[in-house]
Amino acid sequence: MKNILKSTLAILGVLVTFSSCNNSSNSNKKSGALASNVAEKVYVAPGEHDSHYAFLSGGYSGNLTVYGLPSGRMFKEIPVFSQFPTSGYGYSEETKPMLNTSHGFVPWGDSHHPDISQTNGEIDGRFIFINENNTPRIAKIDLTTFETTEIIEVPNSAGNHSSSFVTENTEYVVAGTRFSVPIPQRDMPISEYKGNFQGALSFISVAPETGNMDIKFQVLMPGFNYDLSHPGRGKSHGWFFFTTYNTEEASTLLEVNASQNDKDFIAAINWKKIEEYVNNGGGTMMPANYAHNVYDEHTHTATSTMKKEVRVVNPSEVPGAVYFLPTPKSPHGCDVDPSGEYIVGNGKLSANLTVHSFTKMLAAIENKKFAGEAYGIPILNFEDVLAGVVEQPGLGPLHTEFDGQGNAYTTFFISSEVVKWKLGTWEVLDRKPTFYSVGHLTIPGGNSRKPQGKYMFAMNKITKDRYLPTGPEMEHSAQLYDISGDKMELLLDFPTHGEPHYAAAMRADLIKERSKKIYRLEDNKHPYAAKSDDDTKVVRKGKEVHIYMTTIRSHFSPDNIEGVKVGDKVYFHVTNLEQDFDVPHGFAVLGQNTSELLVMPGQTKSSVWIPTKVGVWPFYCTDFCSALHQEMQGYIRVSAADSSTPIKWSLGEDIE
Amino acid sequence: MKTTLKLIIVLFVTLLVSCGGKDEKQKEKFSYQKKTTTEKTTTPKAEKIPASKRIDLANKGIGPITSVDLGATIDQKMVAHGADVYKKMCTACHRVNKKFVGPAPTGILKRRSPEWVMNMILNPEEMTKKDPLAKELLMEFNGSPMANQGLTEKDARAVLEYFRTLK
Repeated sequence: MKNILKSTLAILGVLVTFSSCNNSSNSNKKSGALASNVAEKVYVAPGEHDSHYAFLSGGYSGNLTVYGLPSGRMFKEIPVFSQFPTSGYGYSEETKPMLNTSHGFVPWGDSHHPDISQTNGEIDGRFIFINENNTPRIAKIDLTTFETTEIIEVPNSAGNHSSSFVTENTEYVVAGTRFSVPIPQRDMPISEYKGNFQGALSFISVAPETGNMDIKFQVLMPGFNYDLSHPGRGKSHGWFFFTTYNTEEASTLLEVNASQNDKDFIAAINWKKIEEYVNNGGGTMMPANYAHNVYDEHTHTATSTMKKEVRVVNPSEVPGAVYFLPTPKSPHGCDVDPSGEYIVGNGKLSANLTVHSFTKMLAAIENKKFAGEAYGIPILNFEDVLAGVVEQPGLGPLHTEFDGQGNAYTTFFISSEVVKWKLGTWEVLDRKPTFYSVGHLTIPGGNSRKPQGKYMFAMNKITKDRYLPTGPEMEHSAQLYDISGDKMELLLDFPTHGEPHYAAAMRADLIKERSKKIYRLEDNKHPYAAKSDDDTKVVRKGKEVHIYMTTIRSHFSPDNIEGVKVGDKVYFHVTNLEQDFDVPHGFAVLGQNTSELLVMPGQTKSSVWIPTKVGVWPFYCTDFCSALHQEMQGYIRVSAADSSTPIKWSLGEDIE
Repeated sequence: MKTTLKLIIVLFVTLLVSCGGKDEKQKEKFSYQKKTTTEKTTTPKAEKIPASKRIDLANKGIGPITSVDLGATIDQKMVAHGADVYKKMCTACHRVNKKFVGPAPTGILKRRSPEWVMNMILNPEEMTKKDPLAKELLMEFNGSPMANQGLTEKDARAVLEYFRTLK
């Protein structure tokens, strides 16, 4: 009996030794010299800055997120198309007009493709644009304040997906439609799609100084799906390229019916030619209804204007402005290399990558060598425009970016990898797996003549086992690669917010030097601003009560308010008198049916509160502002609707 | 020494009484160790004058201002500008003639050097961390920080000139 026990123990002991051996060898493998070297490459010491900004689309969050590279740290979520209770965007009286559309107030959006403004084909870091896919809109974010300052709705568009990409001098931000629709919209049978639906490609001009957006013209194209786009640059500046799918013009079961044709098209649009036509009075003004929302930094207030017409151009009106380049198998990404010569069509159902030549395209047009036409638009011969084919680099190509060293990097969704290949020789140089199922990728300075190399990050559609599980729903993962060597090197996984369809990134220096620290109080032109303690007051106008309130560390003025009645519409107009960096104050009142306000130094924001109950209700500062933050509070007395309590307000009357 | 202590106690008591008297109409007022009494018990050294009352004309403070040339006569144009800046930027926390969130500016130049005043306006973060007097003031005023309102040196100088008129 004792022996059995002893031998059992011995066996157990051996087993323990074995398993511990295994464990230790595993952990050795993970913490090897190579791994620590990688850690150094993404380590940004406390207090130091990242070298690059990355702006990741927030996808179905409707927002834009700001990251640092190489650390992968998220710095800010910029509210764009969705209400954002954190700051009160879309809840405050000043910002509600930003989300106005021809369909009324839309509190949510699906943001997709950010793109930074350019000068002479180089990223200039002034503005970043992003599209809303669902209720077609384009937004502009000012990179001195990192705030959304303009949103324009895009009429005649539906599924605003091949957007929002800017031309070399930010002449235009371009928005194409993924879904074709009846133009103008009307009541008609869906089955009559073919030949009747159209796709609008919108060229939105950007004023050089102010950045103000205006729809200059829309090209009304055949009823295909316009999936993605990019501008020409350098030699091809003046052209814009759009991938199409569903050239079958199916309106149902597209996953089968839109995959029938062996080739779809890349549409090449000579926008300079159309611009000239329009400048000479060409095109037709058609009735429309779309919102143009502009945020004024001095009044801290947005206004929404409904525009009533839009200029449309049919390709047939401008001969020689639009051509189709046959491209295999439902191309998705449409990417132009830094020289402007190569146009890469990522045929998502094709095994090969198709690269067109701009020079060959011009020659074919010159020689009028056409393979046919579609709705009056000439189709060029595939062979005539083809620059080369990257043979079987992977499965399911989606998007391509460039490093400025003559190399291209393409994502493959199905085989879940990034493949590096050489422009001109079309040879595959390297491949690295992604975890998992990569969509877009970004190289800082992409979509420009001068990509800024060094880093590339892949934005994956599936995260699965990469992070600690958080239930069925989790954030997507992005992965950062070092691309400075011959081979790509995976450096870091980092989570993203929403679905980061695409991102724009650039060196940090230009933007960080210009980033504003405060709003100047003396520039505050808000009609309800209280710019000093003298301006604070409470004014009744019938059932409306306007409270002109100030904040400074750490009190509200006034902080005792009486004379408000049940059912009044109470406006808290809160001006933050601070003029120092990073001293916001928050405002919330018990029972508020909107969100809090987060008010930056020198800014005024307003919240409406309709009290429903008699009582004395507290309000307080929501942002820890000083050692006396907990003291930053006040009371508002609500009397019965028929009471005669007079309007009164005060601050610190007991203090002597 | 003993007489000053007695005097101060008398003063505190008077203060307390007058406080109580003023609030007589309010019922059941609750009070627990109001600051004046606390000071008396915890700092028996009566010569400890609060920072706000102390006179230190030699201390120039820490910041961009190393010397200020106060003119023989008061520059009224500068005063007008200073009064305007003061109204816009300072009145949220400072009242001319009474202690509010921060101390009153009246008579400040009898206690502080002009340089110290301007450095406190222009460089309050560093002042309240490093200048012994500013540090004590921060605690005397309940840790309520002096906000940096981003005044230019010219604005701060004008505010100083305005303070010269407050007596």
